[in-house]
Amino acid sequence: MYEILKLLENDCRLTTEQLAAMLDMSAEQVSAEIEKYTREDILIGYQALINWDKIDIENVTALIEVKVTPQRGEGFDRIAERIYQYDEVESVYLMSGSFDLTVIISGKSLKSVALFVAQKLAIIDGVTGTATHFILKKYKEKHKVFEKQPEQEERMMFV
Amino acid sequence: MIDYSSVLSGAVTSLSPSGIRKFFDILEDMKDAISLGVGEPDFVTPWHIRDAGIYSLEKGFTKYTSNAGMTELRREIARYLARRFALKYEPLKQIIVTVGGSEGIDLCMRALVNPGDEVIIPVPSFVCYGPIVTLCGGTPVYLETKVEDEFRVTPEALKAKITPRTKVLLLPFPSNPTGGIMEKADLEAIADVIRDTNIMVVSDEIYSELTYGRKHCSIASIDGMYERTMVVNGFSKSYAMTGWRLGYVCGPEPVISQMYKIHQYAIMCAPTTSQYAAIEALRDGDKDIEAMRKEYDYRRKYLIDGLRKIGLECFEPRGAFYVFPSIKSTGLSSEEFCERFLIEQKVAVIAGTAFGDCGEGFVRMCYASSLENITEALNRMDKFVNSLKR
Repeated sequence: MYEILKLLENDCRLTTEQLAAMLDMSAEQVSAEIEKYTREDILIGYQALINWDKIDIENVTALIEVKVTPQRGEGFDRIAERIYQYDEVESVYLMSGSFDLTVIISGKSLKSVALFVAQKLAIIDGVTGTATHFILKKYKEKHKVFEKQPEQEERMMFV
Repeated sequence: MIDYSSVLSGAVTSLSPSGIRKFFDILEDMKDAISLGVGEPDFVTPWHIRDAGIYSLEKGFTKYTSNAGMTELRREIARYLARRFALKYEPLKQIIVTVGGSEGIDLCMRALVNPGDEVIIPVPSFVCYGPIVTLCGGTPVYLETKVEDEFRVTPEALKAKITPRTKVLLLPFPSNPTGGIMEKADLEAIADVIRDTNIMVVSDEIYSELTYGRKHCSIASIDGMYERTMVVNGFSKSYAMTGWRLGYVCGPEPVISQMYKIHQYAIMCAPTTSQYAAIEALRDGDKDIEAMRKEYDYRRKYLIDGLRKIGLECFEPRGAFYVFPSIKSTGLSSEEFCERFLIEQKVAVIAGTAFGDCGEGFVRMCYASSLENITEALNRMDKFVNSLKR
């Protein structure tokens, strides 16, 4: 099933009535499913995708590779928790490969992000190294392309 | 001064231009108009398929292919038809790659119809069949399908249209514009009528991948029908490849080998770039078909639900990407409805009469359009239908 989840993931503004029509369900059934998913922390939020580059305010995002020493009994989770508590941190992922955590941070300027890494992130016990990569341009996120392709001209209008 | 009326072919001048072009100019000048009139996928061709076309250009594969289409492509088509519809065709003897499904229909009619032959065409249906038959010197015989039969061809209706001059039965299912389909049992009943005659079936299965809740069945797979059926299909609808102009026709070798000559002289071969893209589509495109079909199905249910809430009767279409609601309750003719709906609410839908006189009382709405568009069209439809009640 999970169709409700997939549809909401693509467009969370779909109303209960719209979902019901699309899925051949009653509005009550849809509401009950959504409630259940919410209760079970499967559906954890609804957000808009925004192209901040089009808005005239300073904003930078960085992807930081973090190497850590896993801790006895806790593995990577405890350090990840200590990192994600900061409001500046957008996302934290545990990775396979040559580093352990990907941390995505956004801030007002390069300097503020750099300072955050130096003063908050790098000094956490168990963090053994960081590498900061600034994001220069976003092309696509969550299947949505940031800049629309031009429409084809002269299409047949009726077929 | 040359008198053009005396130089033009009578068959051509007798054709009337397609009625669905009528609103084109009005629509062009309208801002914020919504069109549910266009019968083509709103998806762009999946990237891996486009990429295969681009790669073939980079490699410089820009020459003609063999007339009937690349051997590799015909092999893939044969595999695809076996995999999806249990149809078996010899790639090099029974398949011609054509410029869209349209060329396939044209080839069938030109190869089969002698002047005076009758071709039975179920209506409402896509606008091209009758004119092609006329251009071949044949006589189109229209068979009306009815909403109470879910726009299927019934054996009784078919028998009533057969005469000693009947040469071809055209079967356009899943149907544009009704969304009706013919299931195995329906086709078996038709096969019972046709099997012991000399009538050929031309089965236009361009929407075969777009069925909802039921799997498409080809009449060629019904007992005794393989030898008398030409199957026309293509890439436009299933892989969102309308602009690539690529289709194919399959059938018994004695017919295909004659059609081959027409194709050879009139067309040479289908576009090479498109053929490379099509190979990729057949090899790795089943998942794309499934994704698009699923998306269409959401919109289909949504649109039907919306129309019924507005109070329009709407039979549940099981194929293609059209709904064909009845607008009889509004008291308007199909043409009036479409014209006023466009002018007053700026939504383009197509009058059922564009697909045959028996389409009166219906309009065709295409749901190969974004959910936002469909939602807005439904809001405007609600306003429009309510304004008529006062």
